Amino acid sequence: MSSPLRREEVAHVAKLARLSLTDAELDLFTEQLGQVLEHANDMNSLNLEGVVATAHPFGLTNVVRPDEVRTSLDRDEVLAMAPDAQDGRFSVPRIMGEAP
Amino acid sequence: MTLPNGWEIVVGLEVHTELKTASKMFCGCANSFGAEPNTNICPVCLGLPGALPVLNERAVELAMAIGMALNSTIAPSTFHRKNYFYPDMPKDFQISQYDLPINVGGYLDLPDASRVSIERAHLEEDTGKSTHLGGTGRLQGADRSLVDYNRSGVPLVEIVSGPDIRSSAQARAYAQELRGILIATGASDGRMEEGSMRIDANVSIRKAEAPFGTRCEIKNLNSLRSLQRAIDYEALRQVELLEGGGTVRQETRHWDELRGETSTMRVKEDADDYRYFREPDLVDLAPDQSWQDRIRAGLLPMPAERRQKLAALLSDLSVAHLDAVEVVINLGLDDLVMRAVDGGVDVTLAISRAANELAANIDEVKNFSSESFTATLLMEQQGELSATQAKTVLTELLTHGGDPHDVVTKMGFEQLSASSLGATVAALIEEHPEEWTRYRDGDEKLAQFFIGQVMKLTKGQANGKSVVAELQARR
Amino acid sequence: MKTAVQIASEVQGGATSAHEQLSLSLDAVRARNEELHVFLHVDEAGARVAAARVDDLIARGENAGPLAGVPIAIKDNVCQRGVPTTCGSKILQGWRPPYSATVIDRLLAAGAVPVGKTNLDEFAMGSSTENSAFGPTRNPLSPSRVPGGSSGGSAAAVAADMTPLAIGSDTGGSIRQPAALCGLVGVKPTYGLVSRYGLIAFSSSLDQIGPFAKTVTDAATLLEVLAGHDLMDSTSLPEPSPSLVAHLNDGVAGKRIGVVSELIEGADDEIVREIHRALQVFRDAGATVVELSIPELRLGLSAYYLIAPAEASSNLARYDGVRYGLRVDADDVTAMNEATRTAGFGDEVKRRIMLGTYALSAGYYDAYYGQALKVRTQMIDAFARAYREVDFLVGATTPTVAFAIGEKASNPMAMYLSDVFTIPTNLAGEAAITVPFGTGEADLPIGVQLLGPGRSEALLFSAARVLELADGRP
Repeated sequence: MSSPLRREEVAHVAKLARLSLTDAELDLFTEQLGQVLEHANDMNSLNLEGVVATAHPFGLTNVVRPDEVRTSLDRDEVLAMAPDAQDGRFSVPRIMGEAP
Repeated sequence: MTLPNGWEIVVGLEVHTELKTASKMFCGCANSFGAEPNTNICPVCLGLPGALPVLNERAVELAMAIGMALNSTIAPSTFHRKNYFYPDMPKDFQISQYDLPINVGGYLDLPDASRVSIERAHLEEDTGKSTHLGGTGRLQGADRSLVDYNRSGVPLVEIVSGPDIRSSAQARAYAQELRGILIATGASDGRMEEGSMRIDANVSIRKAEAPFGTRCEIKNLNSLRSLQRAIDYEALRQVELLEGGGTVRQETRHWDELRGETSTMRVKEDADDYRYFREPDLVDLAPDQSWQDRIRAGLLPMPAERRQKLAALLSDLSVAHLDAVEVVINLGLDDLVMRAVDGGVDVTLAISRAANELAANIDEVKNFSSESFTATLLMEQQGELSATQAKTVLTELLTHGGDPHDVVTKMGFEQLSASSLGATVAALIEEHPEEWTRYRDGDEKLAQFFIGQVMKLTKGQANGKSVVAELQARR
Repeated sequence: MKTAVQIASEVQGGATSAHEQLSLSLDAVRARNEELHVFLHVDEAGARVAAARVDDLIARGENAGPLAGVPIAIKDNVCQRGVPTTCGSKILQGWRPPYSATVIDRLLAAGAVPVGKTNLDEFAMGSSTENSAFGPTRNPLSPSRVPGGSSGGSAAAVAADMTPLAIGSDTGGSIRQPAALCGLVGVKPTYGLVSRYGLIAFSSSLDQIGPFAKTVTDAATLLEVLAGHDLMDSTSLPEPSPSLVAHLNDGVAGKRIGVVSELIEGADDEIVREIHRALQVFRDAGATVVELSIPELRLGLSAYYLIAPAEASSNLARYDGVRYGLRVDADDVTAMNEATRTAGFGDEVKRRIMLGTYALSAGYYDAYYGQALKVRTQMIDAFARAYREVDFLVGATTPTVAFAIGEKASNPMAMYLSDVFTIPTNLAGEAAITVPFGTGEADLPIGVQLLGPGRSEALLFSAARVLELADGRP
């Protein structure tokens, strides 16, 4: 059965998700994801016109907190778990492009 | 600047302002500028596994205040996730508002009576800040970056104008007026140089009435002057490009203030798929009428209203006066001026001194009392101080503080006594018989000559009106 | 092994100490952990401190809480300050959270003694605990079989008598399914009843933390401790913790019960048999049983396998090698992100991230994720219509008893189908409990599922109690 997904789409999605897939994985995922999406076509059996997505199941709204300062984390404790840190900051290899 | 060959500039502005809240948007970390790196962070704003956002009430209120000041509709709204990877984003998604923002529509009327529409204003969280090592300090050429998350999670409101702006001057006026509003609502301190207010300009060109052309987004505008220069540069660049047979590519461009030009930063491509979806960790916002009413009731007068109030007191609405009013309003000095007027000071005098001496020392104004301002100007008005002396006293009070009367004494600015003034004038009349004859015969302009001479002799201690009185008495 | 309620009573009364109960628990852990691979980390030092605190309170004549001295196992996707928390993944191997989840604070305040972190399917994605990066957990009742998932370790801890209580998380059945396969009581509370602050997110709109126990009373006692409004979780229900234990013996006389065909179809015969037996128990106890069909439930699997991966793809983006966890170095940050995530995530996690990213991507949102959200609304409405007719529903928890390790591992779709009866409750945000009731093939336990509207835990517990008593368990 051919997948509703094209291999190039899966490759593009992998890039968006910051995952590198081998060719074998690309093929496998294309097939497996395709199966899930094929199965999902059963949703089209319902008439969903005009149906609105539900936000919170019990309709909670306007949950806010007062504008008060609370204690922050200890920087040393936080940086101790960083893969690489310098001068109190998290260090990363060079960034290739500007932020969107 | 008008473009050649019938081209028209089309500009829309996106302004981001940090909100002046005590704590961050979704957590209780302090919202403060200049702290040691990574000292205002917690599981939420660091995006640690398991952390959840809880919305800051004051941020919502300030967003509503901004919307009200911009004549927007306060609408039920939802938060969305904008998904993309970047090291200054701790969750690799930003919580923002997408198709259901808190403020919908609106407009901003500028001092020149033009109106710029507002499309929307919404809430979102700020990102961390990176510094780049191993190059010029800019992103290009760096080999490593260091990230500070103090700014991550700071509340922002983004205000998007319609593409109604038709000149760089109008863009500047819009930014100026918007800043005044943001400051007046208490939402922002409007400091572009500190980054608490950031402006991006979307610039395109077209021939009149034609459909809009492709636009470029210009970033790195750190002052109103940069904003104006960059728009003019970019518009011309696009004209040259199109007239040379090229096409404008939709992209983000970086403004270089030193070189005075824009350059490509990022080409907008399909890779920018943000996969927006409703933020499941937050619930919807639907501020009820009573909450909105409380905010509206607490709003202070906006620049437009204060400008009108001040201008209404002026009998002479010359350009010079209106310019001075602008300076006063933009610098928030109108309160001092109004109090001086209430205290008996002539409004033109108060505006002039505020727009000049106070404006020149704007950072000290916060420590300057309206009593000092009023007292000094009353002395000038009543002839006890000359204009020059009054300006000196104001500057001294601003930079070193003190009491106006003490400063006057300390500087030896006591009024020249009537008799010594009379003697000085008499001596001058003898020294300059020709000028005196012409004045005596009706040439009023020569009064200025004698006033100038008196000033020179008395080192500015005389009062111009008193000198004229002396001259007239001796005619 | 004693129940949690018994232990708490004896510790509070002085007949035993928290220290002693902890020692017994640790002995039980050591006896079988190597064989069964239940705990990824045993926090003996931390547990001793918690036990000492309880014993200290008791010595001063104070109330040490409803779970005084009771050892408890914590699923390893719940943050506990200073204790390694891996989510069953290499990408968080060695990470110690600098903060604790709200539920941990509540457990400690109630006198419970967290003993360690239990194994799970990586990032809670799975139904067998075979997706853990650190090896599967074995079902204590039959070690060649799975304990279920994703909270397999927590279920095994209780089933193996290592601790009388455990907490897990349930997104599509991850508490109820392993509870059923291990012969335990397991609850997915109403969405928002238990704080998610500190629960490492899989699918934010579906996740809930809940209890594992051998008895209904123990489960109710634990849930009372966990539940109630939390300021740190915007989605948490505004009410304080509900009263559950006090209603355990309310019975079901006069109640209307719906047996839902879509929650039984596809289950093995032996399971269907037990469901019918349970219904008879309910009738004998004075309830009326009504047959119902809720066709919308059939779409649950499709909606779930779009909504959950979509949210997960976003929730798991933060694992990028920048701030904590695994980093695989590279020349630029994007390459580093890719190398880190590729090395750090297992196949099932990658599969779901890919599926979720696709479902949200430009051009496909409406057809997949958008559609699934609408199906979810229909399901909520369908349940609401059913609950106008009946007070609660009955169905199977799982289609089969515990299956063999390796049996479904290579077929994701087959694995996904094991959640068909549990998923609808998560989509609706409502409550459900599984109660052990009878046995099937090879004497393996069967679970009967009771489902109710939001905030109906007290009713569900009292109905579960009826079944428990009928099955000869005190």
